[in-house]
Amino acid sequence: MTFIGNKSDLRVVGTRPVRPDGVDKVTGRAVYGADATMSGQIIGKVLRSPHAHAKIISIDTSKAEKLAGVKAVITAADIPNIPSEEAFVGEGPMNFRDLSLNCMARGKVLYEGHVVAAVAAISDTVADAALQLIDVKYEVLPHVIDVEEAMAPGAPILHDDLFTAGMTPKPTVASNVAKQVRFTIGDVEAGFKQADVIIEQTYTTAPVHQAYIEPHACVAAIAADGQVLITASSQGHFMIRAYTAKLLGIDIANIRVTNAEIGGGFGGKTVVYLEPLAVALSKKSGRPVKMTMTREDVFRGTGPTSGGTIYVKVGATKDGKITAAQTIIKLQAGAFPGSPINPALMCAFAMYDLANVDTLGYDVVSNRPKVAAYRAPGAPISSFAAESAIDDLARKLGMDPIDLRLKNAAKQGSKTVYGVTHGVIGYEEVLNAAKAHPHWTAPLGKNQGRGMATGFWFNIGGESTGGVFINEDGTVSVVTGSPDIGGSRASMAMMAAEVLGVPYEKVRAVIPDTASIGFTHVTGGSRVTYATGMAVTQAAQAVVEDLKKRAAMIWDISPEAVEWKDGEAVPAGANAGGFDPLPLAAIALKAGKTGGPIGSEISVNAQGAGPGFGAHICDIEVDPETGFSTILRYTAVQDVGRAIHPSYVEGQIQGGAVQGIGWALNEEYVYNKKGLMDNAGFLDYRIPVASDLPMIDAVLVEVPNTRHPFGVRGVGEVPIVPPMAAVRNAIRGALNLELFHLPMSPPRIRAAVDAAKMPKAAE
Amino acid sequence: MSKIHVTTSINGEPAEFLAEAHESLLDALRNTLNLTGSKEGCGSGDCGACSVLLDGRLVCSCLMLAAEAGGHEITTIEGIADGDKLHPIQTAFLENAALQCGFCTPGFIVATKALLDQNPNPTETEIRYWLAGNLCRCTGYDKIVRAVVDAAAEMRGS
Repeated sequence: MTFIGNKSDLRVVGTRPVRPDGVDKVTGRAVYGADATMSGQIIGKVLRSPHAHAKIISIDTSKAEKLAGVKAVITAADIPNIPSEEAFVGEGPMNFRDLSLNCMARGKVLYEGHVVAAVAAISDTVADAALQLIDVKYEVLPHVIDVEEAMAPGAPILHDDLFTAGMTPKPTVASNVAKQVRFTIGDVEAGFKQADVIIEQTYTTAPVHQAYIEPHACVAAIAADGQVLITASSQGHFMIRAYTAKLLGIDIANIRVTNAEIGGGFGGKTVVYLEPLAVALSKKSGRPVKMTMTREDVFRGTGPTSGGTIYVKVGATKDGKITAAQTIIKLQAGAFPGSPINPALMCAFAMYDLANVDTLGYDVVSNRPKVAAYRAPGAPISSFAAESAIDDLARKLGMDPIDLRLKNAAKQGSKTVYGVTHGVIGYEEVLNAAKAHPHWTAPLGKNQGRGMATGFWFNIGGESTGGVFINEDGTVSVVTGSPDIGGSRASMAMMAAEVLGVPYEKVRAVIPDTASIGFTHVTGGSRVTYATGMAVTQAAQAVVEDLKKRAAMIWDISPEAVEWKDGEAVPAGANAGGFDPLPLAAIALKAGKTGGPIGSEISVNAQGAGPGFGAHICDIEVDPETGFSTILRYTAVQDVGRAIHPSYVEGQIQGGAVQGIGWALNEEYVYNKKGLMDNAGFLDYRIPVASDLPMIDAVLVEVPNTRHPFGVRGVGEVPIVPPMAAVRNAIRGALNLELFHLPMSPPRIRAAVDAAKMPKAAE
Repeated sequence: MSKIHVTTSINGEPAEFLAEAHESLLDALRNTLNLTGSKEGCGSGDCGACSVLLDGRLVCSCLMLAAEAGGHEITTIEGIADGDKLHPIQTAFLENAALQCGFCTPGFIVATKALLDQNPNPTETEIRYWLAGNLCRCTGYDKIVRAVVDAAAEMRGS
C-alpha cells in the first residue's frame, strides 16, 4: 500500500467541510432508533428483576396473556437454551450463552434490572398493564456488589459452574473470580532493589456508564418464511445480525439489519439487549415489534464499564529512571465474566520504556449489570492509578512530571509488557507539545492546582468494507458498513474525494443495510477512519485505475500512458498523444461504451493500526469549605497520526476528555443495602453539563501511521484515558491532598480536607 | 377512557389531535403527529433532548401533558428552519461541527433559539448556564458553545 498522506500534497484531507448527514441532524429529519417504524407495529416491553440476586421459582404469564390487546408474552422458555461458546468480538471476548442469559434470565436473576419476561401489546398502556399481571415468584439469595467482597471466602456465588481460569491446577470450587491473568517482563523484584524511591498505593474506581443520550431502541419483524427485518440503533448492524442469529438460531442470510442513526454509544452499543427479544415477540405475535428503553432501563439493564481496585508500585533511581513497575488489578465484570482486565493490565505502563513490569489481574463477577465496552475499555482504570503514582513519584523525586515521563518515554522499539514492540509512535512528540504549551507555565491562584497525566490506547483495525461508485453524471457514491457515530461519513467522503481528485461536495457517503454491503465490524476500537477508511481509499484507488483504462480506451492508447490528475485523465507525457484532459464526468458519461458501470467495493482485514498517546493538562480550583471542584482550564494533546477532518478529531478529544472529567469528579453507581441502584437517572447520576466546564483545548500532534494510506491513527479512545489522573494530580496541586478513590466528589474532598487537618497520632 | 381533543398551533400551522389524559406532549409530537425530531433521552426533564418552545418559552415536552398544548403555539425543531433555508443557529452548528451523534442537537438548537431570542449577545458563561439543562455526551460542549457564539453574531448582523 502506498502512503499518500504527505500533508503538502493533500487537497481535501485536513479541511473542515460540513458533514453529509449534517442537515438531517440539525433539522430533526435524521431517523434514530426510536424514530423508526414498521407498518402494523406493536409495542414490546420487558419485566425486570426487582432483586439483586434471586432464584426464579415460577413465572405465571396467564393473566397477562388474557389481557385484551396483549399479542405475545415470552420468557426464557421461548428463547433457545444455547451452549457456552466463546468468541473474540471486537475489543473483547464474548460468550454467547452469557449474552443470551443477559438478554433473558433463565432460572436465576443476577442483578436488579435483569430481564425475566417480555410482552408485546397494541399500545404502550396495555403493555405496561400486562407487565403488572405477570406473576414471578422469587427466592431471594444473598447478593454481593463490591469486587473485594465478591472475591472473599464465603461470598455469595453467582454461577456454580464458574471456576477461575488461568490457575494451575484447575480449581474444583466455584468462584466469582472468572479469570486470573498476568503479563510480565523482566524481574520487578530486582528492579525495585535498584530503586532509590518507591511509591506504593492502592486506588479504587467506580463503575461508570457510557451515558449515551439515546436509549437503546429497535423495531423488528419476522415473516412467515422466517425472514427477519430489524432496524436498530447500534455501533454495528452486522453485530446485531450476528448476535440475533446466534441467540435465536436463525440463518444469517435470513436477517437483514438497517442501522438507524445512532445517538451515542461509546462502546455501550456493541452488544444486543432488545433485538433478540423483539424478534421472539414478533414470531409469537405475528406483528412487527418496537422496543425502546427508558433511561432507567439503560442504567439498570445495560452495561457500564467496570470499577475496580488497583494496587500500584513504582520505583525509580534518584535521577528519575523508573526501574520497576507493578500493578494488581481487580475488576468488576458485573453478572457475567468479561471485564476489560487484559487491556487494563496492558495499558497501565504502555507509555513507558521499562525493563521490569509485572501486572496481575482478576476478572470478578458480582450482582451488577454485565459490563459493556466503554471507550478504551480498561485503560482509564489502570491509568488513573498508574499515572497518579507516576505523579507522586515525580513529586518525591523533585522532578517536573513531564520531564520524568520524557526520561522514561516509550519510543519506537520499546518492548511492552504484553510482548509487542512499539513501532512509530508519537509519545515523546506529545509530551514535548504539552511542555511547550503556554498552559503548562501559566500562573495559578489560591486553592488552584495543575495536574497532568498521559494515556495510551492500541487502536484496532479489522474487517471493513467500503465501496466507491461513479454515478452516471460523474458524482460519487461512497458506501461503507460502518455506522456513523461522530462524523465518519464526512471523513469517508473526504478520503474518496482526495484520491479521485474531485470536490468533496460531489461525493456522498451512505451506510446501507447488512444485505447491501460486505461485512464490517462494529464502529469501535477507534477503527472506522483507519480500517473502513483504508477500504474506501483502496476502492477509490481501484476506481482511478479503472478510469485510466476507460480514458485509454477512449483515446485508443495504452493505459500506462494515462495519468490521473486533479480529477481528470491526462496523457502521461508528450509521447502519449496530445489529448485534452478527460474529466471524471466525461468518462462517466461514456461508461456504457467502455465496459459498463464504474465502481469498486473492497473488503479489508486491516492490520497495523497505530497506537495513540495523549497528554492532558488540567487546572482546577477546589473550595476547601465545600469540596467543590471547578475545572479552570484544560488542554488535551494527542498524536492523531493524520487528522482527516480536524474538527471531528478535536471533537473526539474534547468529548473524551469531558467524559473523563465526569468519571473523575461525579459519576458512580450508588447501591443500597439490598443491592439496588439508587441513582438510575440523569438527575442523580450526574454527567458533566455545559456550565461545569471551560473550553477544552485539543492540540493535534501528527506523527503519521505509515500503515495507513493517509497516516491515520484511531483517535476516539485515547482522550478518556488521562483525565482522571490529570484531575487527581491537579487537586493534589491545589490543596496538597492525596486522593486515591474515584469519584473525587465534594464529600470525598471534604473528608480528605478534614483528615489532613487531623493530627497524625502515630507520627 | 376517551381521548382528549387538543386544538393547538405547531410550527405556525393549526393542528388538532387526540391525546390520552396521561400522554406527554413529547409522545403526542412523536407518535401521533409524526414529528420525531424532538427526542426522548430521559423522560424526566434532565436531558433537554425533547426541548420545544411553548409560546416562545423553552420547555421540556416530556414534562408537559399533550392536553396542555391546547390554545398555545408550539415550536419544534422541525419549525426552526424557514422552509429549505436553514436558521443561522443550524448553520452555525454545522460549520462548527457542534454535533457528533446528533441526538441531542434538536434540543440544543431549540434551547439556543430561546436564548438568542431574549439575549442576542450572551457571554460564554450565560451560554453555558442557559444550556446546562441540555446534556451532550459526545462533544464536551466546546464546539456547541462556539456555535452559539457564532450564531448570535450572525443574527446580530455583526
